Amino acid sequence: MISFKMPSLGADMEDGTLVEWRKQPGDLLKRGDIIADVDTQKGLIEIEFFGDGVLEKQLVEEGHKVPVGTVLALIRPTGDAGELEMPEAAPKAKQEAVPTEPPTQEKKITSPPVAEEKGKRIKISPLARKIAEMQQVDISQVIGTGPEGAIVKADIEKCLVEMKMAPEKEVVDKPAEVHQQEPLQQSAIPESEAIRRAVAAAMSRSNQDIPHYYLEKRMDMSKAMAWLKEANKERTVQQRLLPVALFIKAVAKALDDVPDLNAVWENGLQRKNEINIGFVVSLRTGGIMVPAILNADTLSIDAIMACLNDIIPRARAFKLRSSELSQSTFTITSIGEGGGDKVFGVIYPPQVGIVGFGEIREEAVVHEGMIGIKPIVDVTLAADHRATDGLVGGKFMAALNKYLQNPASL
Amino acid sequence: MKKTKTSKRISKAEGKRLLHQMQLIRRFEEKSAEVYTETKIRGFLHLYVGEEAVAVGVIQALDEDDYILSTYREHGHALARGMDPGAIMAEMYGKVEGCAMGRGGSMHLFDKNIHFYGGNAIVGGHLPLAVGMALASKKQGKKNVTCCFFGEGAAAEGEFHESMNLAALWDVPVLFLCENNLYAMGTALKYTHSEQQLEKKGPTYGIETATVNGMDLLEVMAATQKAVDYIRKTGKPYFLVCYTYRFRAHSMFDAELYRDKSEVEEWKKQDPILQFKKFLLEEQLITDKEIAAMEVAVEKQVQEAVDFAEKGSWEPVEDLCRYVYTETQGS
Amino acid sequence: MSKTITLTYREALKTAIREALQKDERVFLMGEDVGHYGGAFAVSKGLLKEFGPERIMDVPLSESGFTGAGIGAALAGMRPIVEIMTVNFSLLAMDQIFNNAATLLHMSGGQLNVPVVIRMGCGIGRQLAAQHSHSWEPFYAHVPGINVLAVGTHEDARGMLLSALESPDPVIIFEYTSMLNLEGDIPENAGAVDIRKAKIRREGKDLSLITYGTGVYKSLEAAEILEREGIDVEVVDLRVLRPLDEETFLASVAKTHRALLVEDAWRSVSISSEVSARIMEKAFFELDLPVERLCGVEVPIPYPKHLEDASVPQVQDIVDRVRKILRP
Repeated sequence: MISFKMPSLGADMEDGTLVEWRKQPGDLLKRGDIIADVDTQKGLIEIEFFGDGVLEKQLVEEGHKVPVGTVLALIRPTGDAGELEMPEAAPKAKQEAVPTEPPTQEKKITSPPVAEEKGKRIKISPLARKIAEMQQVDISQVIGTGPEGAIVKADIEKCLVEMKMAPEKEVVDKPAEVHQQEPLQQSAIPESEAIRRAVAAAMSRSNQDIPHYYLEKRMDMSKAMAWLKEANKERTVQQRLLPVALFIKAVAKALDDVPDLNAVWENGLQRKNEINIGFVVSLRTGGIMVPAILNADTLSIDAIMACLNDIIPRARAFKLRSSELSQSTFTITSIGEGGGDKVFGVIYPPQVGIVGFGEIREEAVVHEGMIGIKPIVDVTLAADHRATDGLVGGKFMAALNKYLQNPASL
Repeated sequence: MKKTKTSKRISKAEGKRLLHQMQLIRRFEEKSAEVYTETKIRGFLHLYVGEEAVAVGVIQALDEDDYILSTYREHGHALARGMDPGAIMAEMYGKVEGCAMGRGGSMHLFDKNIHFYGGNAIVGGHLPLAVGMALASKKQGKKNVTCCFFGEGAAAEGEFHESMNLAALWDVPVLFLCENNLYAMGTALKYTHSEQQLEKKGPTYGIETATVNGMDLLEVMAATQKAVDYIRKTGKPYFLVCYTYRFRAHSMFDAELYRDKSEVEEWKKQDPILQFKKFLLEEQLITDKEIAAMEVAVEKQVQEAVDFAEKGSWEPVEDLCRYVYTETQGS
Repeated sequence: MSKTITLTYREALKTAIREALQKDERVFLMGEDVGHYGGAFAVSKGLLKEFGPERIMDVPLSESGFTGAGIGAALAGMRPIVEIMTVNFSLLAMDQIFNNAATLLHMSGGQLNVPVVIRMGCGIGRQLAAQHSHSWEPFYAHVPGINVLAVGTHEDARGMLLSALESPDPVIIFEYTSMLNLEGDIPENAGAVDIRKAKIRREGKDLSLITYGTGVYKSLEAAEILEREGIDVEVVDLRVLRPLDEETFLASVAKTHRALLVEDAWRSVSISSEVSARIMEKAFFELDLPVERLCGVEVPIPYPKHLEDASVPQVQDIVDRVRKILRP
């Protein structure tokens, strides 16, 4: 029997309120099923189940707030007729997926690589783990055939073959039908206020802990705008590309060139393998959310745009998956029309940098000895001086500018 | 075996040279003890004070291409062999300017150029080496002698007996030079040997053997000369037992519980340096003034050695793993 | 391709000694019963007559004495081959090997070389009981300053001694007495071998059998049996137990992702302990399965054949273990 516990979705999550059971006793559970909605300080989060089984018993009633690690339900794994309990606590202590949580939010576990399945650590060979990480295979989804059920290389390879056959856009599944409003009234504080508090906590921590340094660079957008105009000619209104998609891709590529900024500061600088670009979404009720575009460096601009179109409305409806919220490795903030020429971001810890795009506007600029009118954008970088120095920041800005001057290369 | 009596006449110059050597050893050892207490030298430090006549007397009888192997109480032998006092002091400081790059310290003085092969600190362990080196000389048709110093403590080791047997069996030119100072660390001869007349052990292997008063420089010189002459003539080993005494403790950290102070004082009456000075004065081979000048010169020499060591440098830690295997070019 | 010849392991060893003696005047063989008796295992039979007593020296039963003398002779410019009849007696010479041979270069700050070669018979498998059936390669491989070689093949029996004599530093050569009568093929012109590198004796892709000494032929035999079942194992002969050539076995593990370490020595603090640790340290992320070991059972080697056989890995043990690893 598996003890399904209140997950820890971040170091700062201490408890959660079980808002709604999405599965009932007797229901068949498949890997990846949402079993319940939990309200946290950071908002409503869908809780996912990582095994296969049958929901045996619910142990916490809706509306109750319980600490992380509390057993929420008993689940009988399929395939065994109910043997021993796994009482080992160590519930959701992710060791590797360092909580790169965004400024605001909820979250839910999606593939913390070392995490546990059915309440215990996943056994996987070092080689299989390495391949899984390189190929971005969620090992909680892989069935091991090695000794003691460990996942070995062959299992990952099999999984990769299956993934190739599956439809490719797995990143943004579960779209709009999840839209129905959840009973927010159960949480003690209004959601907008919870988010306000979370933002306050994160930003205060950043300001206290992180010595920021700033760089600013004016970038010529004429080529980028021309390219967008050209690209949008062939696209429907729904498909139309916005500059922000271009920015995300350019930032991702620049991070690939300057990996020290795609990192976290935790006992020193630790580079991240994936480039997941978080972008700040302002909520109408106040506060912000920072969903991430996973592996943005590998996505086309169209794919990024599609993600944005999918994620932004869900963010505003508080309907994000935890992987979208917890996995960003770098953040972009873009101030949008009329808001300001420049925006200087506050780093979301433990990330080490945030880039800000001001409003794109026309300015008189000197070019080759002539004054002309060009679209420009003022780009700023705020970076953690513990992790990098201005030289690294400068390299990043130069790389970013290079990509914006050559949009076709994106 | 026979007792060797001295009646050797020496020149003024030789007398001075020998006295100088003994005084240098004495003063060098005293200085070593002093800087040891200042923690400049660490590890074990075994001093030779009292036994100077043996090192000086034996080594003056050897040729330049003879091999010398010694024990962990070898500063005196190294100095008598002509090793630079600065290089020895620097070695004890652990400085890279030391005779073994500072890798060996007090117990491991080496200088291949003067055929000084340690500085061997496993009691008895170097006796087989000496036999092997003498064997090589024999095979190579060289006429040199291998002189192996060891204490009476080593004579209880199996390696002593194996080496005596091999040397006699193979007829190799090795001088087994036993410095019998009566104590193996702190255990007296009578507690460690069934036969305390160690010289009796030589003939059982068919090895020519003699004893000598190790406190008398001239006697040691004469006895060694005789031994070396024999070895060069016959190519066979020789066993010479020098009866001597160390005036200081076994090593720096030794309370000397094992012997009476009166015993030490009694032996000090035979101080080889005092005796030899007296001899030189009586024979009018030296003047008091010259002795005083010599003492000043020795003091200066020792101070220079200390200064050299002080100024020396530490080997970089990056070089830690050097000298484990021979460094071949390009690798 | 040059012609191959068939000869026993013993003949290969002897050929090497003879060639060494012919090639270099400084070389001489010293050891118990190497001369008049013809060698305890008849390896040096006939050499006394051929080279005379100056170069084939019988020595008394005094392992420390003659081993030390060999070291001394090396110090003074000779190239002695010291034969310690068997590893079982070598403990009496350990002071000389560890405290002198291994340290003199270092203690003298690089001044003194000790180019001595020490050969010793070793191994298990001739019903010689507990005091004469030792696999003490790990003792020697523990000590910096000496080179330790294990002669697992005829090629190495023919070549290792010659290379060892070229080394400016002490070399210990382990020869396996249970293999002396074993015939093998080597190229007619076989000679010195590279004693810095391990050797892939058989290429394979499914698992690395990492071994030395008597384990080499056993592993090769096991590999053939497994091949018929479609299992393709690689056999790595470590050959050099100090300094270990980790590059070769790490590369093999990086290729096969699975390793089984095979040796006769007792498992605890063995060569395979070290190899396993290095794989863990340096090839962890290449591993698809835990490193496994087949080592000597931790018991003084018993006299009866069936118990002796059970004390060390046999071909069938290797085959069984590989099957178990690959087809759990």
